[in-house]
Amino acid sequence: MTAPDAPDSAPRAAPPPAGAPSAPAAAPPADLLLDVRDLRTHFPVRRGILGRTVGYVRAVDGISLRLRRGRTLGLVGESGCGKTTAGRTILRLIPATAGAVRFEGRDVFALPPADLRRLRRHMQIIFQDPYGSLNPRMTVGGIIGEPLKVHRLARGRDLEDRVARLLEHVGLSPAYRNRYPHEFSGGQRQRIGIARALALEPKFIVCDEPISALDVSIQAQILNLLDRLQDELGLAYLFIAHDLAVVSHISDDVAVMYLGRIVEQAPADRLYAGPLHPYTKCLMSAIPRSRPDRPRDRIVPRGEVPSALNPPPGCPFHPRCPWAFDRCPAEVPLLLPMPSASDHLVSCHLCH
Amino acid sequence: MTNDILLRVQGLTTRFFTDEGVSRAVEDVSLDIPRGRTAALVGESGCGKTVTALSVLRLVPDPPGRIVAGAVRMGQGDLLLLPEADMRQVRGNRISMIFQEPMTSLNPVFTVGDQIAEAVSLHKKVGRAAALRETAAMLRKVGIPDPQSRLREYPHQMSGGMRQRVMIAMSLVCGPELLIADEPTTALDVTIQAQILDLLRELQADIGMSILLITHDLGVVAEIAHHVSVMYAGRIVEEADIQELFDSPLHPYTVGLFRSRPTLERRGALAAIPGTVPSPLAIPPGCPFHPRCPLADGKRCAAERPPLEVKRPGHTAACWYADRAADMRTRGEDLYK
Repeated sequence: MTAPDAPDSAPRAAPPPAGAPSAPAAAPPADLLLDVRDLRTHFPVRRGILGRTVGYVRAVDGISLRLRRGRTLGLVGESGCGKTTAGRTILRLIPATAGAVRFEGRDVFALPPADLRRLRRHMQIIFQDPYGSLNPRMTVGGIIGEPLKVHRLARGRDLEDRVARLLEHVGLSPAYRNRYPHEFSGGQRQRIGIARALALEPKFIVCDEPISALDVSIQAQILNLLDRLQDELGLAYLFIAHDLAVVSHISDDVAVMYLGRIVEQAPADRLYAGPLHPYTKCLMSAIPRSRPDRPRDRIVPRGEVPSALNPPPGCPFHPRCPWAFDRCPAEVPLLLPMPSASDHLVSCHLCH
Repeated sequence: MTNDILLRVQGLTTRFFTDEGVSRAVEDVSLDIPRGRTAALVGESGCGKTVTALSVLRLVPDPPGRIVAGAVRMGQGDLLLLPEADMRQVRGNRISMIFQEPMTSLNPVFTVGDQIAEAVSLHKKVGRAAALRETAAMLRKVGIPDPQSRLREYPHQMSGGMRQRVMIAMSLVCGPELLIADEPTTALDVTIQAQILDLLRELQADIGMSILLITHDLGVVAEIAHHVSVMYAGRIVEEADIQELFDSPLHPYTVGLFRSRPTLERRGALAAIPGTVPSPLAIPPGCPFHPRCPLADGKRCAAERPPLEVKRPGHTAACWYADRAADMRTRGEDLYK
């Protein structure tokens, strides 16, 4: 793995002891597609004219995830929690500092460039901003067909046919292929971005806030489209978003991130029915009520999210936590399964 | 005008005369804002909700924009007829506004204290020391800890939530009767959004100002509004008190907005409104929603625009088939299948 800025000398915020079960310890399921182990992405902070490294932003600080074929894992958290960095590191778009990502059993970080390019066919991404992520000088057909040309999978008549089929697949008319991105609305552009991601028939797509830039009535269209494509094509999604209601709607499992770490992970239904980590409880109670007559029993975290450059010692949430006690600033809690449910993991001293 | 109505918008029509044609941003909008209460204007981007607010304050850029008809009554007079010098006294003193992105609304080269104190001394004609004292008191009121030292900070030194608190402090420091809040929490994280909505609710209970809330988010509406008007393609298509609207939405667009929203309680497929919001340059004839509407009949809906009529007590809607939408709901049928 290439990690030029590995902060070997940087003080780590008490990494979990070796062998600590920071991830589901159960045997891997047979249909395991993606296995992320203790992933860390730290960005150096440079100051002064010599650009000396004065510290590290621990954007992703030891997360472990598993995703099965055809399933959706939601990654939810507020801005700056590291969810986008995590998604891009998994795709090797950003170099990892430590940890491992296995896709169909192969170590993504260890692959030589030619193998990596072949693997990338199967791992795609959809971006948040449907305006910034499409080249304004290319036609829609050019944008969607480019991955097919780059990977030498189609040309000529075949390429045109496949682009037309992709456009139909995402609910756009094949007649649009000669138009440019600016001629489309936000929702249509997001469909174009999805068609591009689908061009190489991937098995796994990172959806990075795919609906948060869209109008309310269009968001449901795109969520339903992603749902349908998953059923038809057997896709697995890593669905990254800040909105717990959206994430729990589309996901089979949900992982809640705070300051670079996963603080709670569970099947979506279980998480909604009984969140255990104080941060998840805060996030859930902060969602605006769906009806004006619902009681407003809100747990508001104190203050604001601290900087990932200088995270608090112990549990990263303790300065804001309404239930913090003396153990919280002293000891980093581990992400451990609940005794009552092995698929519900919580990183909180109150629970273990 | 009854005494419990602070501001009454009547038949407001604002258009933009552009090279591509006439953009009908706001068409015949009427709206009452009660005293000490929150009226919400809900709609998607381009529906005209922000232009309505800017028209009330007469801040529509002219050219290309122009208020071509209507009245905005506050007290005895019509704000649209006031001389510009008098209007300047209304802005800030009687009506103030906060925006979605607090960073772009604050001047980056002045300290927060100087910016708010400037507003105080301009509007209240007091000296700098007195203005700074009032500023510090207001910052404390909006929940900013240690206001004396925060006064000397620049906007970039603050987080998004703190900046929005500063904007709220600045907008309330002259004691306006009406606060227009345009997507006040859209740029904020959900836990910070909850803090800001709580703050607005507390300040209203404390100071008693009216709020015109402009938002696309029915969840935010459920949190703080008392009365709701739903806008689509420049017009109000439905309005009612908050509980009535959430209990029995009548316009198919409102029903669709509710059904397309993922909530924690309801799982399963979402109802998506097909198609996209029309451009204000090319609003469909007849009912502007008919090309996307599951109830549209293809004849009357495409030809005649339905008037905004009272369908139930205190509940108006602009739809030829509002009764059918209501019947379907009582039978438990889904409009968007």
